[in-house]
Amino acid sequence: MTSHRLYGPRAGFWSRRTLIRVLILVTLMSGVNYLAWRWLHSVNWSYWWIAVPLVLAETYSLVDAFLFGATMWRIRERGEPPPPVDATVDVFITTYNEPIDLVMATARAALAIERPHRTWILDDGAREELRQAAEAAGVGYLTRSEDWTDRPRHAKAGNLNNALFATDGEFMLILDADQVPDPAILDRTLGYFGDPKVALVQTPQWFVNVDDSDPLGSQAPLFYGPIQQGKDGWNAAFFCGSNAVLRREALMQIGVVGYVRGVELAVREALDAAGKVVREARRTAAEHGPAVVRALGEVEAAVGQARAELRLGEPLSEITYRFQQRVDEAGRGVVAADVEALRADLAAIDALPIASDQELGAVVVDEVALDRLAARDWSPLGALESVKALVRAVDVDLFSEAQPVMPMATISVTEDMATAMRLHGAGWRTVYHHEVLARGLAPEDLRSMLHQRLRWSQGTLQVMLKENPLTQRGLSFGQRLMYFATMWSYLSGFTAVVYIAAPVLYLLFGIRPVQTFGGDFLVRLLPYLIITQVLFSVVGYGIKTWRGQQYSLALFPLWIRACTTAVGNVFFGRSLGFVVTPKERQQGGGIPWQLIRPQLIAMGVLVAAAVIGLIRLWLGLAPTAQGTWVNLVWVVYDLVVLSVVIEAARYRGPANVEEQRE
Amino acid sequence: MIDLDLDMDAGAAVIRLRGRLTMVNAAALRSAVTDALAAGRTRIVVDLSDCEFMDSSGLGAVIGGLKTARQAGGDLRIASLSPQVSTVLQLTNLDRVLRPYDTVAGALGGN
Repeated sequence: MTSHRLYGPRAGFWSRRTLIRVLILVTLMSGVNYLAWRWLHSVNWSYWWIAVPLVLAETYSLVDAFLFGATMWRIRERGEPPPPVDATVDVFITTYNEPIDLVMATARAALAIERPHRTWILDDGAREELRQAAEAAGVGYLTRSEDWTDRPRHAKAGNLNNALFATDGEFMLILDADQVPDPAILDRTLGYFGDPKVALVQTPQWFVNVDDSDPLGSQAPLFYGPIQQGKDGWNAAFFCGSNAVLRREALMQIGVVGYVRGVELAVREALDAAGKVVREARRTAAEHGPAVVRALGEVEAAVGQARAELRLGEPLSEITYRFQQRVDEAGRGVVAADVEALRADLAAIDALPIASDQELGAVVVDEVALDRLAARDWSPLGALESVKALVRAVDVDLFSEAQPVMPMATISVTEDMATAMRLHGAGWRTVYHHEVLARGLAPEDLRSMLHQRLRWSQGTLQVMLKENPLTQRGLSFGQRLMYFATMWSYLSGFTAVVYIAAPVLYLLFGIRPVQTFGGDFLVRLLPYLIITQVLFSVVGYGIKTWRGQQYSLALFPLWIRACTTAVGNVFFGRSLGFVVTPKERQQGGGIPWQLIRPQLIAMGVLVAAAVIGLIRLWLGLAPTAQGTWVNLVWVVYDLVVLSVVIEAARYRGPANVEEQRE
Repeated sequence: MIDLDLDMDAGAAVIRLRGRLTMVNAAALRSAVTDALAAGRTRIVVDLSDCEFMDSSGLGAVIGGLKTARQAGGDLRIASLSPQVSTVLQLTNLDRVLRPYDTVAGALGGN
């Protein structure tokens, strides 16, 4: 290998950064100038139902530009990495159902990595054939331990967490099954760990099975480039799940912190529910004799004491231990008088409200079910048992989890972002090293690509809803902005609908969301649009950014679905409809038009609106000629952007993948 | 790297660690806990007076031991922490879960 770098260091880099900063300031000034005029002087309130959504959509876009500017403000090119440190390293290759050959090709490349290390295949599919292949190649082979049987598996995060407790290297390189590493990958990354606060070094993801036109937009050169470099400048370089080296100590530390937080929450909720159950049961206790009354009284006192101790900050292991002993003691004198009632109660205990989330396999305390349980008409003895079972289920051992300590965050289907945010919150540093050191496979058809994007966006939104970066403790202001910027960008689907609807309404019915499309409008809008594009082209100099721009609008149905399903999942416990990203081309006949039906309908409506708009202009029905032309340009832009999905649906993958992989 | 003594008397076991408890030998602590439980000692105290250093993997092993002990109906406690180990405990908030006892006798006593 001679040159690994994507782009050589630029001469006069400082002046480029200065130029970018000037452009950012001009962009924001022109944007604020335009938006202020829009809000104060140009909203056509008589058509508020489209005027307000439009001005909100434009405000969203300006905030997006501001966040992009904030990211670029500190763009950081690190250049040559420091010389590698001596350390023990485990290389983890994660797989679930990828073909054996593909996994083994990656494993053999991993064996050939130049620095001392041990290579492991983490096979979540527990395939005997892969075990034998790994053994034959001299590669370590790990599957889930027995602890995971009948417990939430947490997908890839769980796979990595399992491996963390079966290995002991100081650092770990994580590779997806298809990411073939360069022999120099450790030489080029380990040096950054000379700084004892560095927890992560992320390198780009680069795909070999993508040709120049890249209709599916698989390469993300803007993200694995200026955006990661900008985030790096704020000490917020993201972890992207593969092609990254992590420090074990950092991961274990956030794992322990997460464990403590999980236990505290679980114990508090269990004690609350236990209190309710006992209070209910005491109301009918007298019918069952004085022994029962006494027992329930003791349990209620134990609950009260435990909650008081919790408030005082007593150690949780002692609170729960004492509590369990007192409840056991209280139950001893009571004999089951009504065996039938007790049996029914025990069945209800079996259905404890600790359920597993379908996608994450995460343990969630189902609060509705918990309330139902508390409100159940318990026999007093059943109430005693249920209290015990409740506290048992959420004891300090987190019995419902395979491992009490989960270093990789399990709150989201994209474990990487959540984990990095916790690392940053705990004061660790991360590094983005801009050099391709592993080469992988991108999805080769529209269906797989859509599944992958949906998963990413759902995962990102899950993190935003569960651990909002704006309120997480320990993050710096810049880090909050960097996480928020990525999450914010996934809300773009709703604005796309408005940006499509507004010109259609004007051309079809002459409905003006803006007071004027005339001089006042253009004089403010044009400078803003032009300077934004100049900024984009300077930042993205030498990079293909157009596909990314297209997809941020063109996949609007998918972004909207991601938002609604993520909200449904986080707040209402609904399924995400999650699927593992297939690495191989999906088989199947014709062009999958049904996958892009909303976009095709939108394009049809846009074309029709353009034609009718022109006819109305010709008939003299249009409010103003300039309005028609402005909206026609707008329609053409929408059409050009949306057209990418047609190319994508027709795409059949590059012809010569095999040669490229060699 | 680490020495590990297991003292058992009626009902209780004391695991004495000497040296550094890290990712390299975290498994040794877990198996000592399993041994004690297998011998019917459900109350376990980890004596850390000669443990000069513990990393987060070491803490993970302590938590693993606590889990195993609790599931066997017992308990695990820690005693005589060095300043370094106390700091690690506070840094990760693990002192919210486990009380650091001053002495082994103190950890064995109480309820």
